[in-house]
Amino acid sequence: MSRSITLGQYYPGKSLIHRLNPRAKILSLVMVLILLFSLHTYEALLAQLAVALLLIWNTRVPFRYFLRGLRPILYIALFAIIIYFFFTSGGVVLLRIGFITVESHGVQQGIFIILRLITLVLFSLLLTLTTTPLALTHGIGYFLKPLRYVGLPTEEIAMIMAIALRFIPTLMEESQRLMRAQVSRGADFETGSIFRRAKSLVPLIVPLFVSAFRRADDLALAMEARGYQVGAVRTRMYEDTIMPLDWTVLLVVIAMVAVAWILGL
Amino acid sequence: MVNRSEIIIEAKDLAYQYTGEEEASSPALSGVNISVHRGEYIALIGPNGSGKTTLLKLFNALLVPTNGEVRVEGISTFDEENILSIRRHCGMIFQNPDNQLVATTVEEDIAFGLENLTLPSAEIQKRVGQVSSVLGLQDLLQQAPHMLSGGEKQRVAIAGVLAMQPGCILMDEPTAMLDPAGRNDVLQTVQHLNSEQGLAVVHVTHFPEEAVMADRVVVLEDGRLVAQGSPKEILGNTSLLHGLGLQSTAAVELASLLRQDGFDLPEGIITNRELVNSICSLEQTD
Repeated sequence: MSRSITLGQYYPGKSLIHRLNPRAKILSLVMVLILLFSLHTYEALLAQLAVALLLIWNTRVPFRYFLRGLRPILYIALFAIIIYFFFTSGGVVLLRIGFITVESHGVQQGIFIILRLITLVLFSLLLTLTTTPLALTHGIGYFLKPLRYVGLPTEEIAMIMAIALRFIPTLMEESQRLMRAQVSRGADFETGSIFRRAKSLVPLIVPLFVSAFRRADDLALAMEARGYQVGAVRTRMYEDTIMPLDWTVLLVVIAMVAVAWILGL
Repeated sequence: MVNRSEIIIEAKDLAYQYTGEEEASSPALSGVNISVHRGEYIALIGPNGSGKTTLLKLFNALLVPTNGEVRVEGISTFDEENILSIRRHCGMIFQNPDNQLVATTVEEDIAFGLENLTLPSAEIQKRVGQVSSVLGLQDLLQQAPHMLSGGEKQRVAIAGVLAMQPGCILMDEPTAMLDPAGRNDVLQTVQHLNSEQGLAVVHVTHFPEEAVMADRVVVLEDGRLVAQGSPKEILGNTSLLHGLGLQSTAAVELASLLRQDGFDLPEGIITNRELVNSICSLEQTD
């Protein structure tokens, strides 16, 4: 069940990208994504793809993890091909089937869009595969910090996300146990119409919710007993300091964006 | 090393009433006077609903008394300013090992309490290292909590409390959800901390065998402290325990049955070992 979720599938390593501060990685990713959307020449896009592949090679994360992450965009890519190949006119006619024509501009643009999409996902995977979900949470929490001034409890939101990450496997285990318990008493989750199957999940979801609330109650008590106070200042075991390496990477990314814009790529 | 006459937790004329539900409900605790000394191991026993868990929560300032007062290291639990200090002195371990681990890795979880104490990073790392080597958790530091066994989870919870350098550790049936191996593991850890580090322990338990290792056994019934004494005094008193619907250890129960059958066994047998020894010497005198 959990295998299909690539987001949050951290692959341990000690590479340059692994060691980068999650804040630097998130910021770089945002800049790269903006850059990717503004690019409109093949050369620039291929250069970006090359950079992505180079970084992937550097992380030592097996490439199949990236391929797995690319799988969900397969359908989007297919859709883009249909739209661009058949409905964009201009250039040389490459193929003619009845009244439908495939023209060179469409093919060019379609491939461009797909390449852009692939590069985009590869860069995103570079972040999620090399950063632990917890570090990612803290990184996102950091960028949410300004929202504290409009009354958003950002520290607490980061804590909530971290606890959610902690309890996902526990609740998964529990749902499997409940499922087995129900199956052993004759419940059927596999057959019937979608409506029927959805209905058969009710005896699974209700106890799961009840137990999740009980867990939440226990956990709140345990956290309080260990001195947690909502709104109080906390320190961190690992202070994530921005290192010279992080600055270097950020500067390189900024330089890349600047070059692309100046040259009008 | 440890001044055993020093009092860590002192409760005077303690009463607690849960508010809400029924108006006429009897108080969870009333008129309880008890003190916990430094380095002392107290086993707290009593039937379900006798107020054992409530008493622990009052010690840890998770609840504040409706009457009377609790002082932890001289600080009243009414003193909200110093609540963090009370919780530092008096850590708590809960029954369900799953529901008290907060972080996604063992080391982050041990650090959780220290982060709440706003200690500097270097100090947190130092203490996590120390505590994990005391409890033998070094190899598990990077593990996720759901990958651990029940006994290991409880040991991580104990480590999290221990890192805060408390004088006393409160345990609410910490072995109730563990298998025998996990139970032994946790009990040995706690005993070790009690004897080697002079940590006071208040251990709520349903297992009479666990009360044997205590310095003092305290019995609660309907929110009142009905008896306290050495394990030999309390666990040997089967009429008291049976009156409360509790059992004593297997050794005590068996010894009293044997006495009824006319065997001349000495008083004060509470462990299997003692029972075996006295039965063996019985055969020799016959």
